[in-house]
Parts: sequence; structure tokens; C-alpha cells
Amino acid sequence: MSHAHVSNTKRIWTVFGLLSLITTVEVAFGIIRPDALYMHNFLTMNLLNWLFIILTLVKAYYIVWAFMHMEGEKKALRNAVVFPLIFLVCYLLFILLTEGDYVFEVFKNSTIKWNF
Amino acid sequence: MEATVTTANSEKTWGGGNEPMGASYGKLMMWFFIVSDALTFSGFLAAYGFSRFKFIETWPLADEVFTHFPFLHGVSAPMYYVALMTFILIFSSVTMVLAVDAGHQMKKDKVALYMFLTIIGGLIFVGSQAWEWKNFIKGEYGAIETTGGSLLQFVDKEGHRVALEDFAAKLPVEREQLTRAKGKWFMDEAAIPTYTVAEVQAGFKAHPDVLVRIETLNKNKEKIVLSREESLVRLGQAKMVIEGANLTHNEYGSKLFADFFFFITGFHGFHVFSGIVINIIIFFNVLLGTYEKRGSYEMVEKVGLYWHFVDLVWVFVFTFFYLV
Repeated sequence: MSHAHVSNTKRIWTVFGLLSLITTVEVAFGIIRPDALYMHNFLTMNLLNWLFIILTLVKAYYIVWAFMHMEGEKKALRNAVVFPLIFLVCYLLFILLTEGDYVFEVFKNSTIKWNF
Repeated sequence: MEATVTTANSEKTWGGGNEPMGASYGKLMMWFFIVSDALTFSGFLAAYGFSRFKFIETWPLADEVFTHFPFLHGVSAPMYYVALMTFILIFSSVTMVLAVDAGHQMKKDKVALYMFLTIIGGLIFVGSQAWEWKNFIKGEYGAIETTGGSLLQFVDKEGHRVALEDFAAKLPVEREQLTRAKGKWFMDEAAIPTYTVAEVQAGFKAHPDVLVRIETLNKNKEKIVLSREESLVRLGQAKMVIEGANLTHNEYGSKLFADFFFFITGFHGFHVFSGIVINIIIFFNVLLGTYEKRGSYEMVEKVGLYWHFVDLVWVFVFTFFYLV
């Protein structure tokens, strides 16, 4: 009942600072592209991309939890929104990226060379 | 913590008027709209991932595509502008959440001010996106498409990009653009490129220091530059001159890259646009005192959810189009 009347201004600015910081770090890495990260793979993806994706997920977490005020919602609502999304997106990505990679292999290694 | 008022008692669970998830009907529906919309965007981005994995060795490097910054002509500034756009959108998200916060405290003037700032932020963002599109469509260097459908770009000995206008020959060609005014019937055609294939080929022969760069990436994740002899052979297969980008051809590389760029950023931009429209409506309602009379600024909260969602989507578009 009471949280509706408490001002969250301080938290909002903290989160803004955090999001700005993460974006700055991302952009800096995007411009420099250090070879130490860019040229080394972990699970077929280079470390730099892992870094970008993890930082993006951290940003997403703060936007949803702080700005969209998910942290103040009931657990039932949180789960109803977050779990279907995580499950379906992971499923979709798995299917499409595996298939995309397969098609790439076909073009690369078999007789079909180019097909619009 | 929970702001739940469950009015129903055990006998009346299904009688309506209770809030099983502790959120009002409107907020709950906004959340479920957001879930479905998030899945739509996931579908687009996953499709982008599919196409990119399919052409993983020839995909354009985003660093080379988005290099413009306002008032800095000819300066290669990868990422800076889109980073600025990201900051603008995050900041407009902050003003939005401040408006929601002021709404909780029933401070009408503050809500109005923050809503206004949010709208301005949104307008700047959409304007920036339009500018980004303009640069993308206009192109910078120009390229050649071969009969096989692959793209040839031009570089000098050091690997720096060379624009067509820097080396293309000027041949006496009589070729007039067909416009509707000159047509015999309802006839017109796509804009003729500044140079013909023959002019580019002739100019290339006359400039021995220009080389062809193909789309394929080498081990260092750089585009492969052909030797002079190979370049001449490949240029012999030229079919058309490409300047800028549209849905069927683009000078940056894979055609799908431009398609997905237009489609995903366009769909996101449309969301921002509708968000601005909704924000303006709510802004005027705030000014008119609609929510003051209602005794609750929940409507600001609902439109705030939508606005933050638009920001959230941009965070992902930014990562997958510009960074990864």
C-alpha cells in the first residue's frame, strides 16, 4: 500500500547512471574491438559478443525491474511475464540460429554455391 | 510492499472485482501486450540472426556502415551517433519514470513537465533515426554488383575505401532518365546511377592503385582485398552500379542486411512514433486535470510501461545491429 507514495527519485537516477555507464562501456568496446576478446571464441561465439550480450541483458534487467517497476509487482505477475518470454525466445533462437548455420554449411561445403 | 487491495472474499473469487496478480486490469493488459510485442521483436531479431548465420562469412561490418555524425562531414565516427541516440532514449525513459513517480505523489505540474520532456526526447530520437535512414539510403562510396549477385567495393593500397566518383571515367554516354513527364504512357524507371558500368571499368583500368574488395571476411575478420589482376577479372563480371541502399540492392553488402535494417528499425521507429502520439494525448489529459479529478495517475503509469518497452527493444536492436 505504502510504496505508491514513497518517492523513488534516488533509485531512478542511480539506475540511469548505471545504464549510461554500461552503454558507454559497450560503445567503447565496440569502437576499440580489442583483439584479446574479438579473436577468441567461447562456445563458437567470440568473447566480445558474449560481453555485449551479457551487458545488454543486464541493461534489460534494470529497465524492466526499476523503470517498469517489476520489482514492486507480485511474484505471479513477474513470472507470468518473464518465464514465457525467456523460454520462447531461447527456443526460437536455438531453432533459427542452428538452421541458419546449417544452411551456411550447405552453401559452403556442398555443390550449391549461391542461391538467392 | 504490494499495492494490492483484494476486495473479494473466499466465496466471491470468481465474482469479479479482484486482482489476482495485484495489478489493475489496464496494467495487466499492458503487460500482456508487451509480452506479445516482445515476442514479435524477438521473431524479427531471430530472423536477422538466421540470415546472418546463413551468410556469416560475407555479412557487412556495421562499423563501416554507420559512420556518420551530424556536422562532421567526411569524418568516420562509427557508433557515436547511435550511442547518442541510445542515451537520448534512455534519458527519455528516465523522465518518463520520473513522471510516473510524480504521479504517485499527485503533483500535476511535475507530471506535466516530465511528460513534456519525454515527448521531446522521443521526437529527437525519431528525428535521429530519420537522419540515419537518409545516410543509409544515400550511401557513401558506391559499389558494383556482379552478374553472380555479389558485391565489389573499392579500396586503395592501404585498404581505405575509395568512392566511385574518385576514379570513375567520364565517357560520352547518351542516356536520359525516363520520367513520367517524358513517357508515352505511364512509364518511368528507377533513378539511373551516376556512373555506368563501363565508366567504372574504364576508370578502374586507368587507376592502378585502386583494388577491389569482396564481401568475404578473412581470418582477421576483415574484408578480403583482391590483387590487381584478380580485381580486373572480377570487375569484368560487373552487372550494375549500386549507390546507396534500397530493399533490393545495397552498397554495403548482403541485400538482407538492408532489408532487416529497414524493417526492424522501421518497426521500432513506428513504435516510438505511436508512443509519442500516446504520450501527447496523456500529456494533454494531465494538463486538463483528467487524472487529478480521477484521483489517480495510473494512466501515466500504463503509457510509461509502453514507453519503457520501446526503450528496452532499442537496447536489443542497438546490440544486435551495431555492436555484435
